[in-house]
Amino acid sequence: MVRLPYLTALTTLLSYGILFVFGHLRDFFRKIFDWSKSNNLQGYAPICLGYEDFYTRRLYLRIQDCFGRPISSAPDSWFDVVERYSNDNNKTLHRTEKTTKCLNLGSYNYLGFAAADEYCTPRVIESLKQYSVSTCSTRVDGGTTKLHTELEELVARFVGKPAAVLFGMGYVTNSAIIPALIGKGGLIISDSLNHNSIVNGARGSGATVRVFQHNNAPHLEEVLREQIAHGQPRTHRPWKKIIVIIEGIYSMEGELCKLPEIIAVCKKYKVYTYLDEAHSIGAVGQTGRGVCELLGVDTADIDIMMGTFTKSFGSCGGYIAASKEIIQHLKRTCPAHLYATSMSPPAVQQVISAMKVILGEDGTNRGAKKLAQIRENSNFFRSELQKMGFEVLGDNDSPIMPIMLYNPAKIPAFSRECLHQNVAIVTVAFPATPLLLARARICISAAHSREDLIKALEVISKVGDLVGIKYFPVEPVKPNKVEHLKKIE
Amino acid sequence: MASRIMDVIANALNLITSAFDAPTGAIIFGVPIDGHLMLEALLVMVIVFQLTKKSHKPPKKPLTEKEIDELCDEWVPEPLTSDSTEETMIEPPTLESAAGPHVIVDGKDVVNFASANYLGLVGNKNVIDSCVGSLEKYGVGSCGPRTFYGTMDVHLDCEARIAKLIGMPDCALYSYGFCTIFSVIPAFSKKGDIIVADEGVHWAVQNGLDLSRSTVFYFKHNDMKSLEAILEKINSRIKEPEKVRRYIVVEAIYQNSGQIAPLNEMVRLKEKHKFRIILDESHSFGVLGNSGRGLAEYCGVPNEKIDIITAGMGNALATDGGLCTGSVGVVNHQRLMSSAYLFTASLPPYLASAAIGALEYLEANPSVLTKLRANIAFLLKELSDVSGLATVSHPLSPIIFLKLKKSTGSNKTDMHLLDSITNQVLKEHSVLIVTTKRSSLDKCPLPLGLRLFVSASHSESDLAKAAASLKKVAAVAFS
Repeated sequence: MVRLPYLTALTTLLSYGILFVFGHLRDFFRKIFDWSKSNNLQGYAPICLGYEDFYTRRLYLRIQDCFGRPISSAPDSWFDVVERYSNDNNKTLHRTEKTTKCLNLGSYNYLGFAAADEYCTPRVIESLKQYSVSTCSTRVDGGTTKLHTELEELVARFVGKPAAVLFGMGYVTNSAIIPALIGKGGLIISDSLNHNSIVNGARGSGATVRVFQHNNAPHLEEVLREQIAHGQPRTHRPWKKIIVIIEGIYSMEGELCKLPEIIAVCKKYKVYTYLDEAHSIGAVGQTGRGVCELLGVDTADIDIMMGTFTKSFGSCGGYIAASKEIIQHLKRTCPAHLYATSMSPPAVQQVISAMKVILGEDGTNRGAKKLAQIRENSNFFRSELQKMGFEVLGDNDSPIMPIMLYNPAKIPAFSRECLHQNVAIVTVAFPATPLLLARARICISAAHSREDLIKALEVISKVGDLVGIKYFPVEPVKPNKVEHLKKIE
Repeated sequence: MASRIMDVIANALNLITSAFDAPTGAIIFGVPIDGHLMLEALLVMVIVFQLTKKSHKPPKKPLTEKEIDELCDEWVPEPLTSDSTEETMIEPPTLESAAGPHVIVDGKDVVNFASANYLGLVGNKNVIDSCVGSLEKYGVGSCGPRTFYGTMDVHLDCEARIAKLIGMPDCALYSYGFCTIFSVIPAFSKKGDIIVADEGVHWAVQNGLDLSRSTVFYFKHNDMKSLEAILEKINSRIKEPEKVRRYIVVEAIYQNSGQIAPLNEMVRLKEKHKFRIILDESHSFGVLGNSGRGLAEYCGVPNEKIDIITAGMGNALATDGGLCTGSVGVVNHQRLMSSAYLFTASLPPYLASAAIGALEYLEANPSVLTKLRANIAFLLKELSDVSGLATVSHPLSPIIFLKLKKSTGSNKTDMHLLDSITNQVLKEHSVLIVTTKRSSLDKCPLPLGLRLFVSASHSESDLAKAAASLKKVAAVAFS
């Protein structure tokens, strides 16, 4: 939970107010200057009308150099960040040939499979030579190779469901599956902080969408009772079916979802559940099987489990795991299966090899070591940051740690100063987060060693002092008081 | 004193009695008022009183907890997936080697007409070598979205290369071809804007049109007269043309029919009626034009006249991913507003290297395009006399589309017939051709049929074998 101090809220609002006022002033002057220039777009409506891109032009462009930094090596625990310069006050950025080696605290590399791996990479190269880069065909035409069928069986076994189906991209998985499961006359209840792909899929499906407060099972129950009792809007017919969509780990908060309570509510009211494990599959749990294993929920209680291979497996693509009937139905109707190019075979092989390492089927215990390492790293880092006085969100065992910044000026200050000291940090602002709640988000990896983490902590502490984001300093215990009390007695 | 008071009281009493006794009304305060007017004034007061009183509404009784419990217990949801009364799906063939012109299926060598490998780049040694280098340097995935350290130098190089080939200032790279178009359309067109689209566009475009929440009009497939009529109708109804964005969305080569959009005519219409064009060149990029630049080069239209070009790279370029180019403003707008660009991990770097390799190959060997055209012409000639099926695709389209001359009555039976033909062709003659599949969510009204994807690396004997096998099987099926 975010505890926003009053003074900070006030200064943040004031900062945004000043930025908006300046932005409007500049817009006003621009209108006057542009009026004299001729425009060859007579009769066409401009691509951005009025204030649609006000935020982009006046606020985002000022700090553009903090985002989109190019790299020129694998996104491992240390990587090379390409330096950029700008001649026109950040409006356009140009690459240089120089690179700086920085500590990577921003990439989704939870188990360290991002760089070339001793087990995975030779097998990937072999599959590349055998199957080439792409099949140029859809899964139902001529794009299914032996690797695809092997991976589908492996994913089903890993996740703990009877069957699975693959897709070439995680975003498309959500956007194209939800319309295939539910349509007009159905109800989707989704968590208020769900990812954009789920929101797009829900909107594209044609079903009614309602939102429940983030991670709040009692509120979900309230919404369910009200919706089932009242039925569809206006006609009051009973709903055809209801699906509740939640995520395993929320990527902007680092929190785990309260899975047992939510599943209990869903079972009581006979609604279907859809769990998006994009960030949690392979990263949490004793053997890496995700939030179900971590929180002790039986996978048979969740109807559809979705996940992606981008984060923990160092590849690309997504999957859906569910019962055999649902998977058959999806293979027949889902547009992403029927029309989209199948997943690239080397990427499939990377996931197969990574899963075998995690399961220990490669003959070593590297998988178990990686899982223990990421758990240890996350818990150590989080507790140290909290001791320093930062406001850190997220639960224990979660490898994502957002540090609250709030003020818009602190976003570029924190980001640029850390880069100076060779630590690459990701800062997130509006529109990915609410306007007042800007944050820096840290993703810990199993590839980080203890020395890396200690260096990171030193740099973050120094920069945190400079920038002023240690909002909740922990008071050190004073030994003198205790002695004083003893004397009185 | 007492007599004075008595006088006053007597006067007042006289006044009051005279007011009631007067035959034609009294005089109160010097104003003559009739007796019946007083009654009317009283009635008016009663009416005003009734009007100002609130009308009686039955009190709202919210449902009690017990009633809600009962409703929740009674409610029975539908099963998550509809009962499948259809037979089990036909499993697609599983490939055991690279999807080149020849592929191994079930241990047998099969001629492959199911891969959109138009330039024959599947299995190209240079491309594979550059990918191996890329895999060793960058690993497989990019582990982050473009804004958060997911931008690699290969992505920026690939964008610059594509922009140079097409002749536009800049290009945005997407991580999957399928989602490019349904993310670009909502980024540029919002609620209140107007889109005119061809009725035969594929599902990704339809989904983009739905997500944009704009008003959509469909015109008859590839019919310019129908398009012109709709454009005129729209323009006559708009009150403020400077505030409403208007787009025409078409594909260069339609994957549902193999037709090619007449770009010259469309550009003329767009300039006359002030619309913008969004062109999806998934199957024409790297195929049409003398150097493979696409439909604009083939039609001789300068690039500046087309506002937004998108393409999936999973076809001619034999890699994966998507691209979207346009003017500088168009590309910059996407980098901040397009959901599939912002909220998802970037393209794996080895696929970007493969794209660069494919573009280098195309620039060094423009003769591959003439070979592709020759192959298409040869195959079309051979297929011109297949019984029961007619070729309906454009002579330059690398997707050869055959539809049934006479439909069997329903889509389902058509599909059965076509599936049985393709199965037989595969089993007995070892040629892999495919039927068009339609999802139940797809609104496209075009007919189903058979598709053959021609590649520049098919030999003449491959093409002759395909035509001969199809003719034999069709002769039996339609006899």
